[in-house]
Amino acid sequence: MSARAALSLQVNGAAVDRDVEPRLTLADFLRNELKLTGTHLGCEHGVCGACTVLVDGEAVRSCLLFAVQAQGRSITTVEGLAQGADLHPLQRALLERNGLQCGFCTPGVLMTAMEFLENTSVPTREEIRKALSGTICRCTGYQGMVDAIAEIAGGDR
Amino acid sequence: MKPAPFRYFAPTSLDECVGLLDEHGDEAKLLAGGQSLVPMMNFRLAKPAVLIDLNGVAELAYVEETSSGGMRIGALTRQRALERDPELRRRNPLLAEAIPYIGHFQIRNRGTVGGSIAHADPAAELPAVLCALDGSIRVRGGGGERTIAAVDFFQTYFTADLGPDEVVTEIVLPQWHSGDGWAVQELSRRYGDFALVGVVCRLRVDAEGNVTDGAAALFGVGGAPVVPEAVAQLVGTRAEEPTLAAVSAAVAAELDPESDVHASASYRRHLARVLTRRALSEAYARTNGGTG
Repeated sequence: MSARAALSLQVNGAAVDRDVEPRLTLADFLRNELKLTGTHLGCEHGVCGACTVLVDGEAVRSCLLFAVQAQGRSITTVEGLAQGADLHPLQRALLERNGLQCGFCTPGVLMTAMEFLENTSVPTREEIRKALSGTICRCTGYQGMVDAIAEIAGGDR
Repeated sequence: MKPAPFRYFAPTSLDECVGLLDEHGDEAKLLAGGQSLVPMMNFRLAKPAVLIDLNGVAELAYVEETSSGGMRIGALTRQRALERDPELRRRNPLLAEAIPYIGHFQIRNRGTVGGSIAHADPAAELPAVLCALDGSIRVRGGGGERTIAAVDFFQTYFTADLGPDEVVTEIVLPQWHSGDGWAVQELSRRYGDFALVGVVCRLRVDAEGNVTDGAAALFGVGGAPVVPEAVAQLVGTRAEEPTLAAVSAAVAAELDPESDVHASASYRRHLARVLTRRALSEAYARTNGGTG
């Protein structure tokens, strides 16, 4: 019934070609087809933010996009942030500022912050808090996240 | 996989889309930003046999000025594109102020104007803005094109005057009068959540600062946005107390909100009164006569 469709896209800088069912979400494509399990799935209806990835630089819910809709796009997942063993400055800041506890929400927080920092030169803490409002942390470790993002936005980047 | 199987079509023109709707309308759903439809598909609350993806119909993404100075906004325009439009605050400050209340920025990166309108969520901001501003919705289907006033378009919960073979193509807003004041007030449990109750409004004053014209729309208070008649009682006044309190109470009395898991009907009515008072007061202060 669901004919498979050819899909070509970039994931973390590498070209990927696959045949997929149209009903496969981008999140499941990344996790199950590409084994990029850093992208987490929480609510699967766009509320929790854990599955947030960058599509052409924009932070979007990968659970609410079908993989076929990413045809020709460039996807960045949390696996694309570090350079080998060297963490991205934002990852390092989160680590040093205790901006994660269980780590489930962390990939979504990182990808959200990547777009936010790209578009906001010197954010206030209030702006950072608003930007993070779409990523739910049940450990409630938000203070460390805000500290880390503020540090990176402050010029260490 | 979470969603049920479907046949997927990705038209690249409006004509192609209308043709597909004509062929599959009854069993098809249109996919725009997907921020409401895909959650329902993931939970199999929606199981369309055919999915028509509008995202390749580039001709539906635009913001243009109408010949009478208003705005036409294509249905596929992302909410985020409006948010980032540096001209929007001048062209329509009420719309500009309402957009950031829609979900979170990650949602607005995908969410579209037409999707929000067609989905007709009773707690959504854009339908209310259109109703308060005498906006209209243009749709196209097998029977041609129709233009529907926003106040007639939104009928009840998630139900609009939109046939299974029709697609929303654009929204139309009349020209913004540069001296008008505006306000958006809403209460939600968490930042970015749907509003329990919200109010959008617009007021116009004369050179003496007396209100000559105004309108509001409330959302989250029933199946569709409500444009209360009592706002007209502000005409001829300077929107001061105790008039504001009386008008806000009269607005709340026009409503018939329902109780649900989020809030009781009486709490919603209370919120409607308080938020209407704040919104009208704020809008008046922003008129060209309100600051003097």
